[in-house]
Amino acid sequence: MPKNPNIHKVLVLGSGPIVIGQAAEFDYAGTQACRALKEEGLEVVLVNSNPATIMTDKDIADHVYIEPLNIYSVTQIIEKERPDSILPTLGGQTGLNLAMALHEDGTLEKYGVKLLGTSPESIRKAEDRQGFKDCMESIQQPCVVSKVVESVPDAVQFAGEIGYPVIVRPAYTLGGTGGGIAYDQRSLEEIADRGMNLSRVGQVLIERCIAGWKEIEFEVMRDSAGNVITVCSMENIDPVGVHTGDSIVVAPTQTLANKEFQMLRSAALDIISALEIEGGCNCQFALDPNSFEYAVIEVNPRVSRSSALASKATGYPIAKVAAKVALGYTLDEIPNAVTGKTTACFEPTIDYCVLKIPRLPFDKFTTASRTLGTQMKATGEVMAIANSFEGAVMKAIRSLELNVRALKLDKLEELYTDEIEELLVQVTDERLFVVAEALRRGFSPQKIYSITKMDIWFLDGFKRIIDMEEELKSCRGVPDADTLKRAKEMCFADSYIGALCHMQQSEVKSLREKYGLYPAYKMVDTCAAEFDAETPYYYSSYDGENEAVDTGSGKKKVLVLGSGPIRIGQGIEFDYCSVHSVWALKKLGCETIIVNNNPETVSTDFDVADKLYFEPLTAEDVQSIVELEKPWGAVVQFGGQTAIKLAKALTDMGVRILGTSSDGVDAAEDRERFDEILQQCGIPRAKGRTIFTTEEALAAAHELGYPVLVRPSYVLGGQGMEIAYTDRNIEEFMKIINMTVQEHPILVDKYLMGRELEVDGVFDGEDILIPGIMEHVERAGVHSGDSVAVYPPLHLEDKHRELILKHTRNMAQSLGVIGLINAQYILYNDDIYVIEVNPRSSRTIPYISKVTGVPIIDLATRVMLGEKLKDMEYGTGIYQEADYFAVKAPVFSFEKLTDVDIGLGPEMKSTGEVLGLAETFPQALLKAFKGSGLRAPKRGGRIIVTVKDEDKREIISIARGFEELGIELYATAGTRDALKEAGISCQLVNRVSQAHPNILDLIASGTIDLIINTPTKGRKQDSDGFRIRRSAVEHGVGCVTAIDTARALLTIRQQSRSEDLTPIDITTI
Amino acid sequence: MMKATLILANGSVFSGTSIGGTSERICEMVFNTSMTGYQEILTDPSYAGQGVVMSYPLIGNYGVNHEDNESSRPWVEAFVVRHLSPRGSNFRCEGTLNDYLKEHDITGIQDVDTRALTKILRSQGSMNGLLTCAEHFNVAEVLDRLQKYQVTGTVERVTRKEPEVFPAQGEERFHVAMLDYGVKQNMINCLVRRGCKVTALPASTPAEQILSGGYDGVMLSNGPGDPAENTQIIAELKKLYDSTIPLFGVCLGHQLLALATGARTGRLDYGHRGGNHPVRDIEKNKVFITSQNHGYMVLADSVDPDVAEISHYNVNDKTVEGLRYKRPNCFTTQFHPEANAGPKDTEYLFNRFIDSMGGAR
Repeated sequence: MPKNPNIHKVLVLGSGPIVIGQAAEFDYAGTQACRALKEEGLEVVLVNSNPATIMTDKDIADHVYIEPLNIYSVTQIIEKERPDSILPTLGGQTGLNLAMALHEDGTLEKYGVKLLGTSPESIRKAEDRQGFKDCMESIQQPCVVSKVVESVPDAVQFAGEIGYPVIVRPAYTLGGTGGGIAYDQRSLEEIADRGMNLSRVGQVLIERCIAGWKEIEFEVMRDSAGNVITVCSMENIDPVGVHTGDSIVVAPTQTLANKEFQMLRSAALDIISALEIEGGCNCQFALDPNSFEYAVIEVNPRVSRSSALASKATGYPIAKVAAKVALGYTLDEIPNAVTGKTTACFEPTIDYCVLKIPRLPFDKFTTASRTLGTQMKATGEVMAIANSFEGAVMKAIRSLELNVRALKLDKLEELYTDEIEELLVQVTDERLFVVAEALRRGFSPQKIYSITKMDIWFLDGFKRIIDMEEELKSCRGVPDADTLKRAKEMCFADSYIGALCHMQQSEVKSLREKYGLYPAYKMVDTCAAEFDAETPYYYSSYDGENEAVDTGSGKKKVLVLGSGPIRIGQGIEFDYCSVHSVWALKKLGCETIIVNNNPETVSTDFDVADKLYFEPLTAEDVQSIVELEKPWGAVVQFGGQTAIKLAKALTDMGVRILGTSSDGVDAAEDRERFDEILQQCGIPRAKGRTIFTTEEALAAAHELGYPVLVRPSYVLGGQGMEIAYTDRNIEEFMKIINMTVQEHPILVDKYLMGRELEVDGVFDGEDILIPGIMEHVERAGVHSGDSVAVYPPLHLEDKHRELILKHTRNMAQSLGVIGLINAQYILYNDDIYVIEVNPRSSRTIPYISKVTGVPIIDLATRVMLGEKLKDMEYGTGIYQEADYFAVKAPVFSFEKLTDVDIGLGPEMKSTGEVLGLAETFPQALLKAFKGSGLRAPKRGGRIIVTVKDEDKREIISIARGFEELGIELYATAGTRDALKEAGISCQLVNRVSQAHPNILDLIASGTIDLIINTPTKGRKQDSDGFRIRRSAVEHGVGCVTAIDTARALLTIRQQSRSEDLTPIDITTI
Repeated sequence: MMKATLILANGSVFSGTSIGGTSERICEMVFNTSMTGYQEILTDPSYAGQGVVMSYPLIGNYGVNHEDNESSRPWVEAFVVRHLSPRGSNFRCEGTLNDYLKEHDITGIQDVDTRALTKILRSQGSMNGLLTCAEHFNVAEVLDRLQKYQVTGTVERVTRKEPEVFPAQGEERFHVAMLDYGVKQNMINCLVRRGCKVTALPASTPAEQILSGGYDGVMLSNGPGDPAENTQIIAELKKLYDSTIPLFGVCLGHQLLALATGARTGRLDYGHRGGNHPVRDIEKNKVFITSQNHGYMVLADSVDPDVAEISHYNVNDKTVEGLRYKRPNCFTTQFHPEANAGPKDTEYLFNRFIDSMGGAR
């Protein structure tokens, strides 16, 4: 069946901000889908509130709306654009839910918009717990014994019938939000209540606990003619019980004999057929390791995180094919771009092993519970490809960027063996390392299996890695050719082999070259070499034949380093930058080579760069590629910290770094060198001292005067940074900082409580172009990634603007920047102080590119290749300001992470961001907050105010504002007194420690719209503030922790109205 | 660890580590792209005379068991894998693949670049190879031997010497004669599960004997080798065709019946061997993923439209995958509806055969 001829204009819904459970994979899927639609000559209207995405680029869609993903704004867009169709299954759960809501409320029908692909009935059948169960029953597919309940007593009664433990799964939530395993009635009551609150339909599923079964996934596709195929099978190394997003996953399945495999494959195809899905679908099964009994766990009737993984694991572009299927094409009508000869109607077969390891945020959230369960906690993931399981494990570990290069955590070495055995029981992100340590201590795979239920086959694989370590250690010096070859085949890093054999990394490399051991790159071709393919998608092996041959294009080869796994502080925006630099380089006639290991990204799509190497981003792995490709130059500015930290290594390899040199990078990071530059340029910065001991810290604080900023040097994203107001604060922070041995001095800086400003600029050695200046709504002290930022700035005089231009230019010149520079300033006492400078791409690049219309990455790339700004079309200096406001608001994933304090500070905590674009600041702010999900209370609403002493003066005007708007105020004693004194009426609410009903009861009552709570300093988890803030998260009540954010919310209520908001097509900017 | 070497007719030499038996083997080297089902592949009689390269690199993961055999013994001459799992992990595992290969003296090799090997076989076509554990060999002499080697007489080798009866599961509805040219057990099982008593007959069983045997239908099984060399069998098949007994042929059975009815067969460059081959069923207007294992095919332009119409074709290379004969109750497929290893998506064809026997009764 060819394309439906009635489709001309398609609305595509994105997935919104990056949150845990919904990350970059939907930008990848959406971008691929939009390109597939445009390829068909269709007009594409895109809506996504996330400005950091590639899909929201003008060249991806014809009309781009960076607007809140809610019924109101999407209805407006439909009314304006009048699309004839909507594609709902590529924007994650957010896009799907929104499309379903628009269908249910009649909007789609009213405007004659057709839902493409899977029908709403099918979606409902797959999404609704009971509907799904009934459907599965009708096709004899076993589900886990379960029941949908809508009240806690019903949950308890059913659990009594089937026996504890039970799993609680809320309906219609992301990444299993709010779910969990309940071991007894008390925990069930708590989890079920939370789950019902979080479910869109107030339902949770109570289900038999089958923890310990194998968890198997199939990615399947179906078209309108009923053709069905499986794209990829996957096996979770962590058995059922850990969310698949937090599991270590291998593809294809490894421990299933053909019989079980075909049984589950057939089940997946029967399911997708029964549900009449048209597009991609993910089926998850639990399989009893000791019989053929299995159960269907879950079906996602849409493109998912697993589809991104399956696409990258096989080379089969699921999102693209799903988009074409939605247009009416059948699978056999869609060509397979990889082979050019075959079609999308086949099953990829692979000749390598793929491993995915999730990237968990516990390096940032040191206090969070590391326990993994049915609620996803990972922010990102890495994928590795090798021709052995062991090789894939070793590569994936290196790709995680956790300062770990093998299956080895030093801290576990110090533990007693019985402690290791105890740790094996605990399901955490570190269990893989605990397993390895247990193997090192002589535990048999059988014993570890009995505790962890990880299949023996995987444990045997880990054991072979440990055995290889022992073998290398026992070489006592130089390993022989055979041993070294086998170690390299397991993808042991030279550096690790060196550590085991007491050799330098360079000695290992020389030895390996002496033995003739070089990596050979193999192609990912969807068909295990059965057809001739030309996909430029490679992974390394130590097998003989190298397939990554020179293309013979004669073009200059440029290596672009990607940004690795998504983590807090390094998100999707760096993939945006990497991809745009690739596109710019291609336009400039270069041959582009990208290295990355994140399966969720656009950059790892095989048709983005001329060549893609799916490899760890370590110096050694990159060097092997460099030695093969001999690139003319390398680009490191765009891949975040991951890429830039390889600048020096690349320089040492003799690779030309395009743009800012590695020395310039170092000068910006080295405090002393940087201070010198500032002095030369006459740029002020907050006074500071470097210290080692608590005594020195106290002395420095007294000298500088409180408040002061305390932080370890050489850290990212403000890790470990705190503002100290008193001696006690200093003592406390120093204790925390010194819990880990500090190699570098600790910095104590005067804290300037001013207005924070941020710029991104392009410098060509002579001129600078600053596309726009952003102003942070929160005063300095909140990490720039977590603050609300507005462009253009609201309170900036021309003289300050000039100073910013001058300072940025001078710093760029002094650091030898060629390309991008990001600088953060404080406007304090009528002067501009510099906080930080990064000679690389920043988080704000995609957003500022879109709102100013300046293609920053394109310009920076051209500059890096020698072009001059004055010869380009965007001029120099500060680019003309737009005539509307753009507000960026952060989005957090706190509901997924228990035990994390949501209070904002110098350490970044947000996982994503949204943008609000409007003609006035309050309207842009309103859009941004709507997009982020934070609601300002309306007349008749209720706010709890409880602020620290330092804020009691400032809160008065805010509280008064809300009072005037007819909003009821509640406050704890101290704040209440301050407000009362100012003549503001408010009701007293008991503190956490006081008698019931207290503040926690009030929050739990569900009658509160907002909590304004500014944290007192300190990191104590049991403090009242901490409990209040966590309680807000758990009950879904908005909570702001910075006084300026509260003021912004008031501004919205005072100066903007939802009814006045209109969508803006950014392509018209 | 003993060394093993694979020498291909094009002069390529792959050295690796010996697995399984150690006897020197000459065979036709082919590759299979299935990611599961090595045991079914090893015991598929269609591989008689051939050495199999598994393109998937991790083989032996779940060990071996007695249930998954497709015949009484492995027929593959030589087995080439990237990594052999030293231990099998599965609840049905009864031993390691290595021990199984040893027990049946199947010579094997691991630690070779199976992708490079597959690429040679794909681009230059299936070719003969010699697998040896000898330390020293004369390549020129080996190449000479490889030149001369030909896979012949394989059907005779693999077929049953005596009839064997498999009772129906449940109530017996039909009695099917299975002409065993190298039949896979699951082809029999698929009929047994559908209420057929199956009598597996030696390949050379005369048509008269079958027609007078009281059978409701005849199934022509899969099997090894060049179909055209089985002239005697083809002559007998013509007689069966000229009767009214329902016929269903698979793989070699499909090719033999085509030859019996005037079509011709030819060699594919490198065969179809794997579990992911898309086949369009023209009548159903749907594509099915099939299990395949064949090096020969029925030539499309040799099929007389008055005799048969092409019912299935391969979506990848458009080769003939199924024929529906004008003569009632007679159809054949190139692919394997009985799967094992591979997808079971086309098992519905057995129902079609059952239906055709219902018509005959």
